[in-house]
Amino acid sequence: MAIFGLFDNNNFYASCEKLFAPRLKDRPVVVLSNNDGCVVARSAEAKALGIPMGEPWFKLQEQARQHGIVAFSSNYELYADLSDRVVQVLRQFSPNLEVYSIDESFLSLDGFGHIDLEEYGRQIRERVLQWVGLPGCVGIGPSKTLAKLANHCAKKSLAGSDGVCNLLALSAGELDELFGRIEVGEVWGVGRKIDARLREMGIASVRDLRDADPAMIRTRFSVVLERTVRELNGVSCLSLEEVAPDKQQIMCSRSFGEPVYELDDLLDAVATYMSRAAEKLRGQQGEATALMVFLQTNPFKPDEPQYHPSMTVPLPDPTADTRVLVQWAQRVATRLYRRGYAYKKAGVMLSCIQPAGVSQGSLFDSPSSTDAKAGTLMALMDGINQKWGRGAIRLAAERRHHPWQMRRDRMSPRYTTSWADLPSVLAK
Amino acid sequence: MPHCSNQANAWQEYPQADVLAPPQALPIDTVKVSAGFPSPAADYEERRLDINEYLVPNPVSTFFFPVQGDSMQGAEIFDGDILVVDRAIKPRHRHIVVAFVNGDRLVKRLHVRDGRCALLAENPAYPVLEIREGTELVIWGVVTGKFKRFSV
Repeated sequence: MAIFGLFDNNNFYASCEKLFAPRLKDRPVVVLSNNDGCVVARSAEAKALGIPMGEPWFKLQEQARQHGIVAFSSNYELYADLSDRVVQVLRQFSPNLEVYSIDESFLSLDGFGHIDLEEYGRQIRERVLQWVGLPGCVGIGPSKTLAKLANHCAKKSLAGSDGVCNLLALSAGELDELFGRIEVGEVWGVGRKIDARLREMGIASVRDLRDADPAMIRTRFSVVLERTVRELNGVSCLSLEEVAPDKQQIMCSRSFGEPVYELDDLLDAVATYMSRAAEKLRGQQGEATALMVFLQTNPFKPDEPQYHPSMTVPLPDPTADTRVLVQWAQRVATRLYRRGYAYKKAGVMLSCIQPAGVSQGSLFDSPSSTDAKAGTLMALMDGINQKWGRGAIRLAAERRHHPWQMRRDRMSPRYTTSWADLPSVLAK
Repeated sequence: MPHCSNQANAWQEYPQADVLAPPQALPIDTVKVSAGFPSPAADYEERRLDINEYLVPNPVSTFFFPVQGDSMQGAEIFDGDILVVDRAIKPRHRHIVVAFVNGDRLVKRLHVRDGRCALLAENPAYPVLEIREGTELVIWGVVTGKFKRFSV
């Protein structure tokens, strides 16, 4: 039988912010989205104050003053490093692991059935807490969907103990009772729309969905939800994806910290996004055969003139060469650009991605030796950027300091990734 | 003086960076040098020493903290040193630790004996910090080493 564990960090971003800041210990902490817009993470104290997820920060000013809420810009450098450390600790507990998101990983525990899984789960939790300093919960079940549900139970203390819940240890009667108490919307893959439709049909609890007829679910909904029903019954249908499947499209877009008016600034932004996208493309050994560029004004300012153009162009030869891709992206952006608009966002997308090296040479191909050299150069760029930090080497088209860069006015120090930002200790 | 006008000319041949011009291949050549005798040391190659192996045996749980102040001089910890702190080690009596006390990040010698817990300085000019009921204390990690670079 398959056994899955799901490790999930509690309030991950907020916990990261608290790790190095003793003064934040019992304070409500929230983390804001890009450009310091909305609340994307809350500490336990902030949740207790009833601050909703997604709330725009400007609406929280009064509450923040009253309760001393501390807000941070998203410190991705810090979160990424701590997330990586957590994953490395988890690998000590299972050789087969799927990093599902920045704060969640599935562990295959196949063959661990003979040991005390709750105890194992507790050891996982304790080691992550001790080594990295971040709290988390462990859910264990015979399918990924059940492991995720078990994690929910652990987090909300619905079942299990000490932040660990093993559904395999529960009797049929206990499972009936537990699943009867949990709303169907908590099931992995049941979004708001499906939730509403299920409720219309009288399927309100996890137990109702588990006991629904899979064939009916398939005809009324989809194969995907049918699979969810089977997974709730302990039949593992979703396997561990240890290597993320290659993406068919790679997108890179950002909102600007402040509106951008000039073509030059837009071209800078497009070059930077395309460089990043090209790096991802090479990371999966792919080549793109088409690219798309879009520009956007701010739709939340309806009284300002609006303009949301986009254009896709096929590439003459499939490529992963940053220089070629940036040129094309900038040409397209130049075509799209119209003076007089306040641009709020721009983005690029690489599409029709194929594995590198399978393409047919075109009739008007450039000499093949340049391809090999381009590959060497790109590998060199990626290597340097990996070693010295993103942007250490870049095309002259990407400028370093940009008026359009993401606003992160409330960012905490990059405690673990920058020598200048190390947290000092007092010897006093 | 060796003159270097040849190199200067070579550089001038490279085109100006113009992103809207058609792609130009950059002149990168992987030159393989094979001449002369093989090195007599070839069979004795070992990996060069890496200071990380010495100072940071467990990188997953290791963090760095620069020091401000002179209260730990007796333990050879000076202002400006960068401490290596390993969270994987369970703090014990006599360990040097990074501790969060009442909102401060401190470096201290941990003393746990006869039901008494205290944080000691290693400099007679500083008092003992007794940990009593109500003191907010988190032992954050154990100091396992330090490093420093001199300006040259």
